Amino acid sequence: MRKLFTPLAVVTGAMFAYAPFMILDAPYESTMGLVQKIFYFHASCGMAMFLAAFASGIGSAVFLFSRKAWADHLAVAGAELTSIIGLIVLVTGPLWARKAWGVWWQWDARLTSTLVMWMIFNAYLLLRRYGGPGSERLAAAVALFGMANVPFVYWSVNVWRTLHPKTSVIPSLVPGMRGPFWYCVVAFLLLSTLLLAMRSDLERRRQQLDELYLAAEE
Amino acid sequence: MRFVRDVWTVTRKDLLIESRTREILLTTMFFALACVLVFAFGFVREGRPVQDAAAGILWIAIAFSGTLALGRAFERERQGETLRALLMSPIDRPALYLGKLLGILILLSAVELLVVPLVALMFQAPLFDHPLLMLGLLAAGTLGFAAVGTLFAAMLVRARSRDVMLPVLLYPITVPGIIAGVRGTAALLQPEADQPMALAWLAMLVFFDVVFVTMSLWTFEPVMTD
Repeated sequence: MRKLFTPLAVVTGAMFAYAPFMILDAPYESTMGLVQKIFYFHASCGMAMFLAAFASGIGSAVFLFSRKAWADHLAVAGAELTSIIGLIVLVTGPLWARKAWGVWWQWDARLTSTLVMWMIFNAYLLLRRYGGPGSERLAAAVALFGMANVPFVYWSVNVWRTLHPKTSVIPSLVPGMRGPFWYCVVAFLLLSTLLLAMRSDLERRRQQLDELYLAAEE
Repeated sequence: MRFVRDVWTVTRKDLLIESRTREILLTTMFFALACVLVFAFGFVREGRPVQDAAAGILWIAIAFSGTLALGRAFERERQGETLRALLMSPIDRPALYLGKLLGILILLSAVELLVVPLVALMFQAPLFDHPLLMLGLLAAGTLGFAAVGTLFAAMLVRARSRDVMLPVLLYPITVPGIIAGVRGTAALLQPEADQPMALAWLAMLVFFDVVFVTMSLWTFEPVMTD
């Protein structure tokens, strides 16, 4: 991973630099027009958020049951990323909704469950920061419950009648939109993976430093 | 068989202590009463409650007083330094968890015995028109809430700022269950009770219960083992 990091970071940067041009070239949606273009980042961020939540949940499960330190580092990285990318999802969504539905927010199943999931991972971060020693194990249980929300968030639009489009819009995209959309998905997933790797590494070094401090004091 | 006996031993211990002081029961009941009172001022306009307010108030009162009861139930173990003794006792962790959960459930049922008639009375809500469905919603909703609550209250015993952390962790996780409880109850309280809708929400609650109880049982052991 370390060898691959720099080239991948360059690729990701280039992809994001080119993304606006691809989105500009994509066809206009007939009813929503220009606002619909926010979709390329909104839905991609949604997928990246799922990836981050899974990283945190799986890391936490491994950490809980086998006490591997790397799993804990991955869990923190995943939770922070879920919080940040989730914020992007929760900001771009209302911006779009204001134009498309006429309201900033609607308490439908998809929006509510996304907010709930985002809050669980923020609670995770709060617990880790203010819970004192030993809180990483307690937080791991929180992340597991957070991960359990992912399938619920994903299927919520298909189970309930919601204003939010169903998951089936993605396979039914017109060909001109398909390219830019999957391009953005790949860009965001790549960025998330890189951030996860970087933050895990940072957490590992931070814990090493803590241990060194303790050793120096003794 | 031994498992059931262990569960009952833990529950009986909690009930015995509680029956001597009645501390949690009385304070929680009073708190639930205060909750209903506060909400009454927010959701009653010109003498008539806002539509669907009763369902929301009922469930919020249960959730809030439940948090209080959970915090107190484990604070007692912490003050007496008895949690370590419990963890060292020759009882399986799942049995310990279920015993604690059962104690909390009995306590919350007692609180609900007070809150439900109170809400029905003060908000003119026909909560007793469909007793079986209502009972199902209450039982399933309380179980889900208490299942997660017992896990988090138990693990927070050793954490700093535990009083703040319990609601911070508990509400986001249990809110799907609370939503289902409120919507199901609201469906029953409509002028024309919507039974199929209430049943659908009850099914949803049972689903959440299965997820919550399974995950709590699964994580209790690694979380509570040093």
